[in-house]
Order: sequence, then C-alpha cells, then structure tokens
Amino acid sequence: MRALVAAVMIALAPAGAALAQDKAELIGDASRGEEAFRQCRGCHQVGPGAENRVGPHLNGIFGRRAGSIEGFDYSDGMDRAHADGMVWTIERLDAYLENPRALVSGTRMSFRGIKDAQERHDVMAYLRRYSASPRDIPESQPTAFRSEVDLPPEILAIVGDREYGEYLASECLTCHKRDGADDGIPSIVNWVEEDFVIAMHAYKRQIRPHPVMQMMAGRLSDEEIAALATYFATID
Amino acid sequence: MTLNRRTFLGTGVAAAATLSAPMVRAQGRPRVVVIGGGAGGATAARYIAKDSEGAIDVTLIEPSRTYFTCFFSNLYLGGFRTLESLAHTYAKLATDYGINVVHDWATGVDRDAKTVALAGGGSVPYDKLVISPGIDFVDGSVPGWDISAQGVMPHAYKAGTQTALLKAQIEAMPQGGVFVMVAPPNPYRCPPGPYERISMVAHYLKANNPTAKIIVADPKEQYSKQALFEEGWQKHYPGMVERLGPDFGGGNVSVDPGAMTVDIDGEVVKADAVNVIPAQKAGHICEVAGLTDGNWAPVDGHSMVSRLDPEIYILGDASAQGDMPKSGFSANSQAKVAAMAVRGALTGSRVFPAKFSNTCWSLIATDDGVKVGAAYEPTEEKIASVSSFVSQTGEDAAMRKATYEESLGWYSGITSDMFG
Ligand SMILES: Cc1cc2nc3c(=O)[nH]c(=O)nc-3n(C[C@H](O)[C@H](O)[C@H](O)COP(=O)(O)OP(=O)(O)OC[C@H]3O[C@@H](n4cnc5c(N)ncnc54)[C@H](O)[C@@H]3O)c2cc1C
Repeated sequence: MRALVAAVMIALAPAGAALAQDKAELIGDASRGEEAFRQCRGCHQVGPGAENRVGPHLNGIFGRRAGSIEGFDYSDGMDRAHADGMVWTIERLDAYLENPRALVSGTRMSFRGIKDAQERHDVMAYLRRYSASPRDIPESQPTAFRSEVDLPPEILAIVGDREYGEYLASECLTCHKRDGADDGIPSIVNWVEEDFVIAMHAYKRQIRPHPVMQMMAGRLSDEEIAALATYFATID
Repeated sequence: MTLNRRTFLGTGVAAAATLSAPMVRAQGRPRVVVIGGGAGGATAARYIAKDSEGAIDVTLIEPSRTYFTCFFSNLYLGGFRTLESLAHTYAKLATDYGINVVHDWATGVDRDAKTVALAGGGSVPYDKLVISPGIDFVDGSVPGWDISAQGVMPHAYKAGTQTALLKAQIEAMPQGGVFVMVAPPNPYRCPPGPYERISMVAHYLKANNPTAKIIVADPKEQYSKQALFEEGWQKHYPGMVERLGPDFGGGNVSVDPGAMTVDIDGEVVKADAVNVIPAQKAGHICEVAGLTDGNWAPVDGHSMVSRLDPEIYILGDASAQGDMPKSGFSANSQAKVAAMAVRGALTGSRVFPAKFSNTCWSLIATDDGVKVGAAYEPTEEKIASVSSFVSQTGEDAAMRKATYEESLGWYSGITSDMFG
C-alpha cells in the first residue's frame, strides 16, 4: 500500500503537496483507464446496467469481497479467496491486474496481466468511478490504512488549536455522534491524533473514496485538520 | 475556562429558576432570545447555551411542545418510520442546558426597544435575537387552495398532524385510485422533498394498491436529483408515476377541494388524495418584524446577521443567504455560525471564519438511498457553493444501501445536535 500510494503521489503531485486540487484520479487517470479497459471489455462490463459476461461485472469492485457476485460461477481458486474473506482493496486489485495467477491460483481469468504500473493505476481509477463505496472506509480501524498517505513530518508536527477544533467539529457533529455511537456513520471520537490527521489528508487528496468526506476534508487546511484531531482526541 | 458538567448544570438550573415567562429578567448576563425551535433555532439555542457555559441567558420561544421533523416524514409515508420516531421534545434543552423554553408564539418584534411580544401577553427583552421560524405559504399560489383547505388537501410540508392526515388519505385510496401532487415553484424547503415523497407514496401503493396512479403537476422545468429519481421510479415503480412539467401545463393548476378535483391546464382530474405544496415564503414573523425583502429575509453569510438589523440573526428556510438549499442540514450548519458570532459579540469569545455544508439524503425504495451535497463559504454578496457532489445513476445496490444506512446515522446525529 505504502509503495503504491507513494508511487502514485510522486507521479501526479509534488511530494507533500496536500492540495485540495489533487483529484480523485490520484490513483491514476480515469480517462486513460477507460481506454486501457478496452482489453478487459471482452469479458467484463462496468457502469450503469453492467451485467455478468464471461467475467463478473465490476460495479462496486473496491471493497467488495472477492467471488461474491451472486449467480456468477467462479473458479475454485476464487471461491477459496472468497471463503478466506479476501476483499478487493487497491493493493490487491493492483496485484491481480499485474498477474492474475500470482494472487489467485487457478483463476479462470486468462489474462496475461498489465505490466505497466501506471496503466494498472489508470484502470483502477476508471473502475473506482463505479465504486466509491462507503463500505471501504476503514474508520472502524483507524490504523489499518496508516500508510495511505505519506505525510511530511512538519504536517504531523502541527499542534492543533483545540478551541478552533471545537468550532470546526460542530460541523462534523451534524452526522457523527459525539457519544461515539456508530450506526450508519462511523465514530470519530477518541482517535489517536495522527490517525485522524492521516485519514483526513487521505480524504482531502481523494485517496479515500467517500464523497461527503472528500468534500468536507477538501476545504480544510493542515492547521484545521490538526485542530480537529486535537479536539476529537480530547473530548470526554 | 472549562466548567465541569456539574457546575455548568448548576448555573443552568439557577439561571432557569431566575427566569419566568413571559417577562424575563436576568441579572447582568447578556440575553439571547431565539424564535422557533426547529433545525435552526434549537441548534442555535443549544450551542449558545452550551458554549457560553452559562454566561449567556438563552430563551427559546416555540409554540409546539413536540417538534416533528419534516426530515424523514416522507419515510413515514412510505412505512419506513413511525410518526413517534419523528417526535422530539425540548426537555433536555431546559434541563441539561439551562435554556428557558417558552411555549408560545412570538407575535411581534419591537426592534427599537429590543423586545419580542408573545401571543400569551407580555414580552421578552433581548440583546441579540435569533429567528428561525421556517416557512409559511404564499397566499393564492395555487388557486382554490388556502389554509382552510389543508384538512382536505394537506400540504404535509410542516410535519406532524398534516403528515398523519396525508398518510391516512393515501391509505384510504380505493384500488386503482389517483394521487395528485401539486409541486411547488422554487425556492422552497427541501428541494428533493416532493420527489422523495413521490417515491415513498409509490412504495406504499406498489405494495397495497398496485394499480393506483400518481400524477405530479410541476411548475419547474427541472428538479433536484432528477436523473436519480427518474431512474428509480422506472426501476421500482414502472408506469405508476406521471410527472407533468411546465411543457404539459404543470405550471397552470387550480384545485377544487370540495369536488376533490385538480385542474391541470384545463384538464380536470378527479383525485382520491391530493397533496398541495404551495409556493413558500419566510415564516410570517419575519415580515411582521420588517426583516424581509420580497418573500425572504436577507442575511450576511459571514454571520447570518440580518441585512436590515445588526442585532438580529436569521437562520434556515426563512433566510435569503445565497446558494444553500433550504434544508434541515443547512439550518443546523447556519445555526453554528450564528451561535459563534452571537457569543463573540456578547462575551468576546473567539470568532472563526464561517464554514457551511449540506447533504440531503433521499430514499427511493427499500435500501435505495441517494444523496447530494455541497460545501459553502460566505462572500460579500452571498453564501457561495465551493464544491459539491451527487450520487450517480447506475450505482450498485450495496452502495445505495450503505447510503441509506448513512442517512439513518445522520438523522440520529442531527437530532441529538438539535435537542441534546
Ligand atoms: C417532506 C420534507 C422532507 C424533508 N427532508 C429533509 C431532509 O431529508 N434533510 C434535510 O436536511 N432537510 C429536510 N427537510 C427540510 C427541513 O425540514 C427544513 O429545511 C428545516 O426544518 C428548516 O429549519 P428551520 O429552523 O428554518 O425551520 P423549522 O425546522 O420548520 O422550525 C421552525 C420552528 O419555528 C416555529 N415558529 C414559527 N413561527 C414562530 C413564531 N412566530 N413564534 C415562535 N415560534 C415560531 C415553528 O413552530 C417551528 O417549530 C424536509 C422538509 C420536508 C417538508
């Protein structure tokens, strides 16, 4: 994950430039990906009305459990991956696209793989358009995606202005409950500050997919993110 | 300064004890009066009381003892919520936040004397006044309909009794009967609201009265989340919903509540249930107080202060602020900006730059939720949209379900944020 994201960040944005204008295409370029996806179209559909063909449709692939499309006849290898609880994360898809058999032995996907990393990322950026599923937000385990953005130490070192954080937090509390309840919307209280900061920058750079959070984080400065992290880490 | 909960409660209760409606006296503390205990007013009262930690004396004037949220009232029509689940009281605002909750109507504002007159007699003085009275209807906007007809052709655009009545009428429709909605012109509260309602009525009818028809007479060319709703109606309720836009006379409508007919551009439709959502304007008290320009009350988006009176802040649906839709989410967001500005003015607390946001979720069918939202910042001229998003057509079922579940979380979040 770290390697992938870092590579992509370097490819498309100056290192450490946590700018709001960094686009969703950060994992790659979706329009180039649409072109590249042609080699997949013989077997896979994606987008409105997509159906299973030789291969399963790819709507909602990110965060989806492998081998989970009802009514599709998967290989034993993919069934096993399903039983193992494999989920299509960016890094897994990347590995699968590079060499399907390396990830799922015995897969029926007879595809030589895409060797060019940029091209794989472009295809994933295209697939993600049909896949911005809130389910792949790992708020419930704040540290799980720790390395999703590599923040320069000076951003992590910012000391949050708690009072400012309290005001900014009032906007979060329209949806996220102060008491930490998490029905439908994840809890954001009492996180480790650094995890909070990393998560918000990942939304801001549109690496994490949730549209509301991308919008909210997209307009927060580094100082504002730090202020929020401090506030939410210290409410009782 | 941080007061612990106990000290805070103590001052709150003491404060409440010194206050008695209708004449309010407070010793030395600055006084804030809030008119209207809805999405804007309840939030503002709560934040001012909470964050000033007893330093500001807050009075909330609201006639109803129970607030029924308009948000999720369409889900009640569809059978996804009970009416009770939409009901909220003001008890915690009084007990936990020390707010003096006065159940009465504000009938006038003396802006020179800085007092608010109450229907029950007497008046309440203020240093700063916050008004969030929601909407009232524009007289004559649907010929044949006025408030006396709302018992026959409900608007259900203020929730509670009206919503229950509309539901009862839908349930009483004969098999194969006709439901007509007269949709409102812009601007009105909750842009996707009428269309979420159509979805929920269709959901109910599909299960209970599958040959029934729904007709929407609509004066607008376009409406919020249109592609999403149309895709959903096609998918879940094929052939049931017919929308007549202005090209088909949807803007030329009159009703006859006695005959239960709707005249759409000369075509008279006999209906079994009619939902008339008239054109809207700021809650009447804004006009009485001389704070309106046209139908709405103009404000400066940096603080939500009235452009016509620097001591008065106007929130929510009633305000003319710019790009934000008239929604509960918006009113709640605006309330926090105003609360901060009011505290800053009265106690010298820090004031930060205003930020606003909105997200409106709508339910189209079981587990088929969609959303639209934007972030906003004030300019000299208005509150301006700075970024936005909307659900896409063709999203998969899991995403739609997660979106619906998110809306349940939001409902729980915002109602706690309003009422404690
Ligand atoms: C069907 C429907 C669905 C909706 N769905 C959503 C949704 O999903 N999400 C969303 O964000 N918004 C939704 N809304 C919109 C939302 O309900 C309103 O935008 C919101 O309530 C506006 O808040 P407000 O404070 O301006 O007014 P209100 O919440 O209406 O509060 C006004 C209060 O002021 C009181 N009042 C009025 N006049 C006086 C007076 N003279 N003296 C004292 N008190 C007075 C009233 O009794 C009322 O309690 C929906 C609306 C409808 C109709």
